[in-house]
Amino acid sequence: MARTIRDHVSEKLEKNMEDSLREALQGGAETGHEETAADGKQNGSSASRNNSSSDDEADLFTFADYDEAESERAGYTNYSYWGSTVRMFFKDKGAVFCLIVMIAIIAFTIIQPYLPGQRDPYTINTDSELFIPLRNVAPCAEYWFGTNSIGQDLWARIWAGTRTSLFIGFAVAMVEAVVGITMGVLWGYVRKLDFLFTEIYNVLDNIPQTIVLILIAYIMTPSVKTLIFAMSLTGWIGMARFIRNQILIIRDRDYNLASRCLGTPTKRLVFKNLLPYLVSVIMLRMALAIPAAIGNEVFITYIGLGLPATTASLGQLIEDGRQVMMNASQRYQLIFPAVVLSIVTISFYIVGNAFSDAADPKNHR
Amino acid sequence: MVKYLAKRIGRSLITLFIIICVVFILMRQMPIEGYFQNFDKLTEAQIQAGLEEQGLLDPMPVQLLHFFQNMLKGDFGVSHSYRVNVPVTEILADKLPISIKLGSLSILVSLILGIPLGTIMARFKSRIPDKLGTLFIVFIQAVPAAVYYLFIQMYGTLLLDIPLLFDESNWKSWILPVFSMSLGNIAYYGMWLRRYMVDESNKDYVRLAKAKGASGNSIMFRHIFRNAFVPMVQYLPSSFLNTVIGSIYVESLYSIPGMGGLLVTVIKGNDNNMVQAIVLLYATVGVIGLLLGDIMMVILDPRISLSGKEGER
Repeated sequence: MARTIRDHVSEKLEKNMEDSLREALQGGAETGHEETAADGKQNGSSASRNNSSSDDEADLFTFADYDEAESERAGYTNYSYWGSTVRMFFKDKGAVFCLIVMIAIIAFTIIQPYLPGQRDPYTINTDSELFIPLRNVAPCAEYWFGTNSIGQDLWARIWAGTRTSLFIGFAVAMVEAVVGITMGVLWGYVRKLDFLFTEIYNVLDNIPQTIVLILIAYIMTPSVKTLIFAMSLTGWIGMARFIRNQILIIRDRDYNLASRCLGTPTKRLVFKNLLPYLVSVIMLRMALAIPAAIGNEVFITYIGLGLPATTASLGQLIEDGRQVMMNASQRYQLIFPAVVLSIVTISFYIVGNAFSDAADPKNHR
Repeated sequence: MVKYLAKRIGRSLITLFIIICVVFILMRQMPIEGYFQNFDKLTEAQIQAGLEEQGLLDPMPVQLLHFFQNMLKGDFGVSHSYRVNVPVTEILADKLPISIKLGSLSILVSLILGIPLGTIMARFKSRIPDKLGTLFIVFIQAVPAAVYYLFIQMYGTLLLDIPLLFDESNWKSWILPVFSMSLGNIAYYGMWLRRYMVDESNKDYVRLAKAKGASGNSIMFRHIFRNAFVPMVQYLPSSFLNTVIGSIYVESLYSIPGMGGLLVTVIKGNDNNMVQAIVLLYATVGVIGLLLGDIMMVILDPRISLSGKEGER
């Protein structure tokens, strides 16, 4: 009985193959190919049926024993995106060092005013006996970084200034992220807006950012708010452009098509499918926006459009220091703020870059 | 090609038009002090008469129209506090040549130094020259230019015995301003050229060249460098912009009688017409720079397609 079935099946197999070959030769290459493939499938299924029903084929096909470890091998890895990102980041010793410095500086600027023995950054220190202002006191045990040209404590002023400058930087980075992401998602995801937004972008992108900054600062009264406004006005454009390009690339990937077919609401699609993919880049741009904002503040203060003297900022300290820099005994008034500023900007820059490298899945090996 | 150029130039013109309108309207929001030489001493009637005379009481669209008409005649109004009642264009004509000289020198220097920097870094990838170069680039990019310019001026004048302030006839006093303005672009060129060269060196034709026994230097300069250099062209316009912006700070630091220094002076003096004219000039330079960059890119890189899809990208 078994034998007859096998003969029958193999006969049929041979006939099928012959037919399909002939068809492939006669018909168009494409249709022929498709048919052979279909036949092949049929053959496969009949062969397996054949196998299960016949002991003779035992040497060709055997049942595999079920092994849990083995079955997990191909289908599952313990890859975790954030895990790998963090691991990659911590491999870079320089970046870890900068991260520690960065966190330390941020923490210190926040807690510094509450530490014991700190002076007020705006009080003019006077001599306790003669009541004359202590101008240009060189760094000593009493005034760690010395005093400035009107007798204010430079150490306190530097930390107050770092606080202001970091605040401006963070605020600008936040605005850039929120506006840039919103516009970028709209631009990339809503097809109807693409043409309009692209034309607007082409016009806006041609305007030199520094000119906008100077103009806005010139027109508005200088304050922390107006500086943040002036700097945010142009910063988001680059971010929006980048997000848009990325979204165009990943919007129609298979997993997003599948989500859409399953009826996922757009909001969920954007927040769950698209944005997580962009986190690393967004973080990088935010990290780099902070040094840029600090630099802009220094520049705008030099031009004479910076913050009023009642608000200490790094730009102002550097401008104050610049005025006395050719005087060797007062040079510390430029060097201290410049060093603190450089440490802040360099650590943000390096951490941002290292993080974006670490967050790129291409580097996860 | 022609169609693309027309479109690109048209877009630049639209941008310029928008910039001019916005700048003009914003400048009208300024306090009116900036339109008078000695505002404090004037009576209310005199101020009104002065505003009337300058056409500042007309409705905004009329003012804007007048401004465009005058602009086409080359008239940007007169300075109110910098040099009283001297036409703005006349003042700028004095200042422009020196800015152009400085700017072109600085771009030349940054090309001469930046390209070897990138090449050497790529040639000795992950070795000491590369690491030193990376250190330099990170420093220049992370520390605000406004800060390291100061240190260059301070230590440059002290150590090299160079006069602190600029003097056109003394060649030594050109060194520091030009070098300061070049630094940012040197780092920029170095970084991108290195990246492109490293990308190129992973391509198959390089492996082929190695396999057939070409020497390392020959591969580097005859194959990789040439291919990596083409995309660098796209960074020329932004370096042009950087130079222009950098000039504002550098010129004013060294008291160079150029455009940038002038902008700082007139901002401090609230001279509205001057600020307006210089801001417009800088914006125009920026727009033209980007335009030239795009055009050059199209001419040099045959892979860029000019058909149809331009607007969508």
